[in-house]
Amino acid sequence: MKLDLSRKQKRNFYRILICLVAFLILLVIDKTVWIEGRVGGEYGFLLPFFLYLGIYIAIGYDVIWKAVRNVGHLQLFDENFLMCIATLGAFALAIFRGVRGEEIEGFDEACAVLLFYQIGEFFQSYATGKSRKSIAALMEIRPDFARAARETGLIEVAPEEVAVGERIVVYPGERVPLDGVVLTGESALDVKALTGESLPRGVKAGEPILSGAVCLDGTLEIEVSKPFYDSTVSKILDLVENAASQKSKTEHFITRFAKYYTPAVTVAALALAVIPGAITGEWSVWIYRALSFLVVSCPCALVISIPLGFFAGIGAASKRGILIKGSQYLELLNRANRFVFDKTGTLTKGNFAVVKAEPQEKREEILRLAANAERGSSHPIGRSILAAYGEEPEEGYEQRNISGEGVIALKEGVRIACGNEKLMAREGVTVQKLEGAGSAVYVAQNGVFVGAILVADEPKEDAAAVLSALAKMGCSSTMLSGDNEAIVSAVAKELGVDSYRASLLPGDKVEEIEKILAQKGKKEAVCFVGDGVNDAPVLSRADIGIAMGGVGSDAAIEASDVVLMRDSLSALPLAKRVAKSTMRIVTENIVFSLVVKAMILLLSALGITNMWIAVFGDVGVAVLAILNSMRLGIAKFEEKEERK
Amino acid sequence: MKRTYRMEDLDCANCAAKMERAIQKIDGVEAASVSFLGQSLTIEAQESEMARIVEEAVKVCKRIEPDCRILKR
Repeated sequence: MKLDLSRKQKRNFYRILICLVAFLILLVIDKTVWIEGRVGGEYGFLLPFFLYLGIYIAIGYDVIWKAVRNVGHLQLFDENFLMCIATLGAFALAIFRGVRGEEIEGFDEACAVLLFYQIGEFFQSYATGKSRKSIAALMEIRPDFARAARETGLIEVAPEEVAVGERIVVYPGERVPLDGVVLTGESALDVKALTGESLPRGVKAGEPILSGAVCLDGTLEIEVSKPFYDSTVSKILDLVENAASQKSKTEHFITRFAKYYTPAVTVAALALAVIPGAITGEWSVWIYRALSFLVVSCPCALVISIPLGFFAGIGAASKRGILIKGSQYLELLNRANRFVFDKTGTLTKGNFAVVKAEPQEKREEILRLAANAERGSSHPIGRSILAAYGEEPEEGYEQRNISGEGVIALKEGVRIACGNEKLMAREGVTVQKLEGAGSAVYVAQNGVFVGAILVADEPKEDAAAVLSALAKMGCSSTMLSGDNEAIVSAVAKELGVDSYRASLLPGDKVEEIEKILAQKGKKEAVCFVGDGVNDAPVLSRADIGIAMGGVGSDAAIEASDVVLMRDSLSALPLAKRVAKSTMRIVTENIVFSLVVKAMILLLSALGITNMWIAVFGDVGVAVLAILNSMRLGIAKFEEKEERK
Repeated sequence: MKRTYRMEDLDCANCAAKMERAIQKIDGVEAASVSFLGQSLTIEAQESEMARIVEEAVKVCKRIEPDCRILKR
């Protein structure tokens, strides 16, 4: 493993290594040769004492210094201070024994406690530095400059200085600094940092482009459409930077716990030294046990590994294009068992498309006639027919729009009617009724019925799979829509949604969410998933508001708690899996740390363990808990489902 | 108003927790959070009170971890 250390860490690393080696050599010599005996005499113990003290100071001078300073600031429950008391106390006890001529022990222990404490601290600093770096890697999407086309030519300026409407140029290998529209050029874009998608995406003139994407193989000229602070990159950075400051309930619990833990252990240590000591008169035995208490007085393992776990969870999610605004939402996501979806744009594509043409064998002809009639249409239904036809329709038709009914097109004795039943009735055409979720468009030529086209809002490809994946996780689903009952029930059936509400006005959606929230149990949580188009109030009302499709709508980002950068529903089960793993790891760490600490305290009080084991246990727990948290950074959440 | 400040050399998680508690107790602070991993301090308070609160927060942090600095932007 390649260690990636800062200078301060490197210095500490070598200091610890040298002290550890020196300590081990001294320990072996001391235990085998028995230095005290060699020197002999009443004060023979002083030689090993000074040797150990030398190492003690070398490894712990910073701890001692901090302790002195913090006591000066009246921070009595400072772990540096308590560590010093524990170790200096052990030295003092050993000297006390030495003076009384008893067999001395404890110099090595005092030294070892501080040594292990430092190893633990080093590890913590390394681990947190490492996690911070993974977030910093995300921060790398911050662009350094924008190349603006000004009167004097192309100049590099800070992205903040570029105004909306200005033109900027991005060369291959560079990051797009601001959101805009491509004027000229064509390139493949690496959008991994934005959406977690690993496949490059192409962009060409006339298309919008998001900041944060990396231009791979072409030069682009872009007209800036948003100032820097409103651009995608800024929004993502803001979101991630603020995520760490929104703490979860678990984190608050740990902070509260830490507040009482250290004073409680310290007081218990004091009581343990004084009360049994006074009763039995065996002061040195009980003081020694009390000092072991102080060794485990730092709640470090908990205080560091829990936020680290959440942090790693948020990091793991953002790597996959799921931006979570705070660790409390990971907590809630894990509990979430009701997913409420907006229909249009969320479960469905939000654009009309031709679903089928009846009779099937005449599909080509039906579409051709309809396309001829709809040529140049701006109506969504007309456009979907033109898109389905795919070819250029014939020119020369005189089109007559009949509002609310359809189109009649005339050319050289050909009369095409394309529209709903009303239009057909007006034309005196008998139609074969087409049933289905969506709008039926009938086509007639010269008064003779040719066929019908069903146009509907298509469900997203992954919608059904995602809903069934969520159902497997024990989540129920509800669909809200403003569309009519027939359409909504058909989509619900097709996708396998558990329940639906149709014909809702935008305001009704909030009411529906309120109703669902009122029904939920204490341990449950309600997610609302929407595309952010006029559902911001619902997003903010739900326990977890999930906005889809990235950073499109400002209101949605503002109101939501989780933003899915990719317009793909499959991020939902993924987010839930990340949340579940995070919570499992966090719970493991809490239970593990508390149990080990409690055991060390108990065994120390009973005199079964010594300081060696206390410090080993304490540092060991911290290291294991941190390693456990860091597992989230490397876990593969995508594959889990396939294995099942 | 909500403000976020970067912190430098915030080396111990427990100190961060202590700072958070101490800053929350400063007069006028509506909410405060110190993120050890984010190395940042977020304070919510009335804008007019902000300058004084930050001054006090700096002092509080100095007392808890002398090496740590709050970078005022």
